[in-house]
Amino acid sequence: MWVIYKKEIRSFLSSLTAYIVMIVFLMITGLFMWVLGGNTVFDLGLSSMSVMFNIAPYVFIFLVSAVTMRSFSEEKRLGTLETLSTRPISDLGVILGKYFANITLVVFALIPTLIYYFSINELGDPKGNIDTGAMWGSYFGLVLLGAAYTAIGLFSSAITENQIVALILSMLLCLTSYVLLGMLGDIKWLESIGKSIDWFGLDYHYYSLSRGVLDTRDVVYFLGFSAMFIWLTKLVYESRKW
Amino acid sequence: MSIEVNQLTKRYGEQVAVNSISFEVRKGEIIGFLGPNGAGKSTTMKILTCFIPPTEGSAKVCGFDIGENSIEVRKRVGYLPEHNPLYLEMFVKEYLRFAADLGGVKKPKARVQEVIELTGLVREQHKKLKQLSKGYRQRVGLAQAIIHDPEVLILDEPTSGLDPNQVVEMRDLIRQLGKEKTIMISTHIMQEVEAICDRVIIIDKGNIVANDTLDNLRNKDNASFAVRIQFGSAISEQDLKQISGVTQVLKTGENQWRIEGNIPELRQNVSHFALANNYEVLELASEKNSLEDVFRKLTGNVGNI
Repeated sequence: MWVIYKKEIRSFLSSLTAYIVMIVFLMITGLFMWVLGGNTVFDLGLSSMSVMFNIAPYVFIFLVSAVTMRSFSEEKRLGTLETLSTRPISDLGVILGKYFANITLVVFALIPTLIYYFSINELGDPKGNIDTGAMWGSYFGLVLLGAAYTAIGLFSSAITENQIVALILSMLLCLTSYVLLGMLGDIKWLESIGKSIDWFGLDYHYYSLSRGVLDTRDVVYFLGFSAMFIWLTKLVYESRKW
Repeated sequence: MSIEVNQLTKRYGEQVAVNSISFEVRKGEIIGFLGPNGAGKSTTMKILTCFIPPTEGSAKVCGFDIGENSIEVRKRVGYLPEHNPLYLEMFVKEYLRFAADLGGVKKPKARVQEVIELTGLVREQHKKLKQLSKGYRQRVGLAQAIIHDPEVLILDEPTSGLDPNQVVEMRDLIRQLGKEKTIMISTHIMQEVEAICDRVIIIDKGNIVANDTLDNLRNKDNASFAVRIQFGSAISEQDLKQISGVTQVLKTGENQWRIEGNIPELRQNVSHFALANNYEVLELASEKNSLEDVFRKLTGNVGNI
C-alpha cells in the first residue's frame, strides 16, 4: 500500500498537481475571506473563519474531484492497471494507497490557510479573540469531508476510463451528498422524514463538527461514508473478474 | 512443473475465448504460444498472471493455485502485457524502482541498476519513459517483468512493433533469460518460435491444436515438401501434376512454379521429369517445409495468412 502511496505523492509533485491544488484553494478561500462577496471578515466584523469554512466544502468538491479523476481512469486508459493488478499487492492495497495519497493532498491544501487563522488572531479586538476550538473542529471536519469526497472521486474514477466522465460523476455525487440531501430534507411534504434525510447529508455532520464539539457519531459517520465508497470502488475494481 | 493448466475455460458472455485447454510447462523450458489473432493467447496469459479468473478449470504456477494463492503466484511471475503499458510521465529508474518495491525486492537500488544493465538501458536510464523509442520501451517492459527475479516469465508478443534489429536484440535477451527461467512467449511470428523456443503450443479458436517440439511438428504426417522451379520455356500445369508424389502445383511467375508434394523424393522426381522431357531448368530449389505451413494447416487458414 505504501509503495502506491509514495508513487501517487511523487506524481502529484512532479505533475504540478499538488502546487496547483494548494494555490487554487488558498486563492479562492482567500478571495472570499478578505476581498469578494460582501461577506468578508471586514464586512462582518467578526473574528471568525466561518467564511472560509463555508466556502471550502464547495471548493473541495471541484478540487478533489479534479485530482481524483485520473486515479483509475488513467490507469485503465494506459493499460497500466494490468501490470499493477498482476503484482503481488492486494486490490484493497492499491485503492487505499491512492486514497491516502489524495487525503494527504487535501491536508496539504489546508495547511497554508493557517495563515488566515494567525491573521485573524492578530486582528481580533481584543487580540486573540477567536474561537480556537471551533476552528480546529472545522479543520478536522474539512479533512474528514475531503476524505469522503476522495472516496467518491476514486469510485467515479474506477467506473470509467474517461476522466471527464469521472470528474462530472464525482462532482455530482459530492454535491448530492453535501447539499442536495439537506435540501431534500427541507421539502414540505417530506417534513416527517426531513430530519432523517438531513442526517444522511455530509453537511449535517460537517457543521456539527465545526461547532467545535467532537462528537464520535459524526466521526463514525464520515469514516463509514468513506468506507462505503472504498468498498464500492473495490467492487468496481474487481469487476474485471466477473 | 512451472505451469500446470487443467481444462481451463474462459467465456465472455456467449463467446468462448479459451475452450477447456490443458498443458504443462516444465521448469526451464521456453514455450512458444502460437496462434492467429483472437485465438485466446492473451486471454490464457491474463488468466495465468491472475489478471482475470477463468470461467472453469484451474491452473497452477510454481505449485500455487492462481485463484487461491494469487499473491504467491504473482510473486513468482513476471508479466509483459501485449501493449506494454507504462506510466509515460515517469523516469526509467523511477518506474523500475516502483516495480521493484511492489515486487518486494530486498535491495531495490542495486537490483534496478542490475536490471538496467542486463536489458541494455544504461544510456537511457535518466530519461522519461515517454521520451523512449518503442524498442527501448519494450526493454523497460521486460525489465519491469524480471525485476523481482521471478521463476516464470510470461511475455505477450514481446517483439511486436519492433524494427528488425530490435527484434534480434529482444530475442537474444529472452534467450539469455531462458537459461535460468521458465518462459512462455506468445507470438504469431514463426521465425521467433524457431529462434528461441524449445516447444510450441499452437492454439486456434480457443483450442490447442498442437503441443510438440519444433522438429516433431515439422516431420509429422501433416508436413509437406515443396520445390521451387523455373523453366526456360512454357510448361503445362497438367504435365507437372503427373509427377509422382505431387499434390499441388502453383504458378508463381513467368515459367515459375511451386510444386508441393508429400514424399521426400519430390525434388529428384521433378528433376527426372525435366531431364526426361528435355526441358531447360533455370532454377531448382527445395523449400524446407516451414513452420508457417504447419501453422496454416493446423489453424485452417491455408493461403490466408
